[in-house]
Amino acid sequence: MTGGIRTRAGILPAVAANWLRGAPSVWLFTVLALLPLAAMQGAESYILSLLTRALIFAIAALSLDLILGHGALVSLGHAAFLGIGSYAVAILAAHGIDEILLQTSVAIVAALLFAALTSAVSLRASGVYYIMSTLAFGQMLYFFAVSMSAYGGDDGISLEGRSRLLGYHVLGSDMTFYYVVLAVLMGCYGATVRVVGSRFGRVLNGIRENPWRMRAIGFEPFPYQMTACAIAGVMCAIAGVLLANQTGFVSPAYMTWQRSGDLLVIVIVGGIGSLWGAIVGAIAYLLLQDALSSMTEDWKLILGVILIVVALASHGGLAAAVTRVSGRARKEP
Amino acid sequence: MSSALLIVQTLNGLQLGILLFLIAAGLTLVFGVMDFINLAHGVQYMVGAYLAAMFSAWTGSFWVGLALTLPTALAFGLLLEVLIFRRLYGRDHLDQVLATFGLIIFLNQAVKTLWGAAPLSVPIPDLLAGSIPIMDGLLYPIYRLALLAIGLATAVLLYLLINRTRIGMLVRAGATNADMVSALGVDIKRLFMIVFGFGAMLAGFAGAMVAPILSVEPGMGDNLLILTFVVIVIGGIGSIRGAFISALMVGLIDTLGRAFGPQLLRLLMDPAAASQTGRALAPMLIYILMAAVLFFCPFGLFPVKR
Repeated sequence: MTGGIRTRAGILPAVAANWLRGAPSVWLFTVLALLPLAAMQGAESYILSLLTRALIFAIAALSLDLILGHGALVSLGHAAFLGIGSYAVAILAAHGIDEILLQTSVAIVAALLFAALTSAVSLRASGVYYIMSTLAFGQMLYFFAVSMSAYGGDDGISLEGRSRLLGYHVLGSDMTFYYVVLAVLMGCYGATVRVVGSRFGRVLNGIRENPWRMRAIGFEPFPYQMTACAIAGVMCAIAGVLLANQTGFVSPAYMTWQRSGDLLVIVIVGGIGSLWGAIVGAIAYLLLQDALSSMTEDWKLILGVILIVVALASHGGLAAAVTRVSGRARKEP
Repeated sequence: MSSALLIVQTLNGLQLGILLFLIAAGLTLVFGVMDFINLAHGVQYMVGAYLAAMFSAWTGSFWVGLALTLPTALAFGLLLEVLIFRRLYGRDHLDQVLATFGLIIFLNQAVKTLWGAAPLSVPIPDLLAGSIPIMDGLLYPIYRLALLAIGLATAVLLYLLINRTRIGMLVRAGATNADMVSALGVDIKRLFMIVFGFGAMLAGFAGAMVAPILSVEPGMGDNLLILTFVVIVIGGIGSIRGAFISALMVGLIDTLGRAFGPQLLRLLMDPAAASQTGRALAPMLIYILMAAVLFFCPFGLFPVKR
């Protein structure tokens, strides 16, 4: 504080004002960090596990938003990477390796390989053909998982417990695990924002807007798009590692095409390309599912109608709605 | 591998292929003519099966039930078109994905709420019950043969409709360039509606026809939808001919791969490993085929020229 002398009373409002004006993500992460404290009052472990799950899906949705929102690559097979991550945990654990750093490394390598192989084929096609080829690769991996009878096949496989971190059982506590997931989410968010803001991200967005023009000025789309797919795949595989740890159970159901559809829905509902919208979307979608399913057995009727109405009336998802409302609020006073 | 088993599995494969074609024909036109991603085509097949189950239970006759199912499936398709799909033409693909994904969730739950989660069964009509010998000591169910024949007949009718009638000409023109067709004074909205309703009816027809040999249950359309996507992508989106050829191809490869894959692999490796690998590879075969086709022809085998 070498500049002008400020009193404490002067700084705090300034900080607060900065926060108020700050990006919605700052608000979002503050709330997410404080939420478990609120949940603790009622000793609601159920709420904590629901929130943890929502954050894990937020990581997966964030990774999809990178390629969807900034590369216009609509993947209907993104859940395959959730499967890769969770099976890395399950298979290694079945062989006695429960160190999460090792499991994550294996998941990352597997995700890189899968992303490279599949996008080498998928990216040759565009539009609907791209969507359908990602779907096909997702299904391929799904059926492969079903056929792995040594690791539970169709029924899936239960884990004995959470993975260890550097040999310690620190992830065993739900509260710690929540904060680990939150930290990973914040790390992924920061990384994605950096990627999108970098030269690479601007090239990617340029390709999204006009691939021919980008090619004309010397940027071949393929390596950029492939790299984006690899980054997204790795991030989603990390979410898979966390998901396996959270549920303690791994099955091919993690990579059905409906699960990929859920991820797409989350990103669309959250607002395509806004990144923090994907996080809000994931939390909103999972909480909505939970709230509806506690109301009635036929909750999927309501969920289906909500999705249809959102699609018919959508103008940029939740992110745009928040921006519109806050923009209006800012103008009014 | 015995020749009898080969014949039976080939017939089964053709049957799956014909079924896939009936569903894919409507879907490929919806994709091609309207540039519309319709994930909800599989649930229309399911709705057809449920309608057939309901009507044949009410009337006590499969044929009357089938006759009632067709117009109802058509009306249902048109209702969806007016309520939802019409508002999404020309919108972003993602809005279409979201809406039709919501529709899948809604309809899967709706049939569960209305008819329960337990599978329904529809009796095979008396006329086509039983089996006939197609070779020495080899019996094959008549209904399945009839299914094959009816499917082929439908394919021929569809071919004539698309290639020999005025409306078919407009549909073909629409698949090539919908804007141009519209500019030439054709009511493209009405054309879309006809294509959509007709596609829904074909899917419903397919559902009704297989209701006696499959269990009618919620979610039955979901996996078939994915196979249908594989078919239309291999065939080239918007191409009826491509859909027909690739539907038969996918049906045969999937069925024969599951039946004979492990045995063929036994020629290369030891039996235990062969059956393990065979079981793993067989369901993946058609996706591998699709990836290979997309690698060499990114717009399918019979791309619609634009």
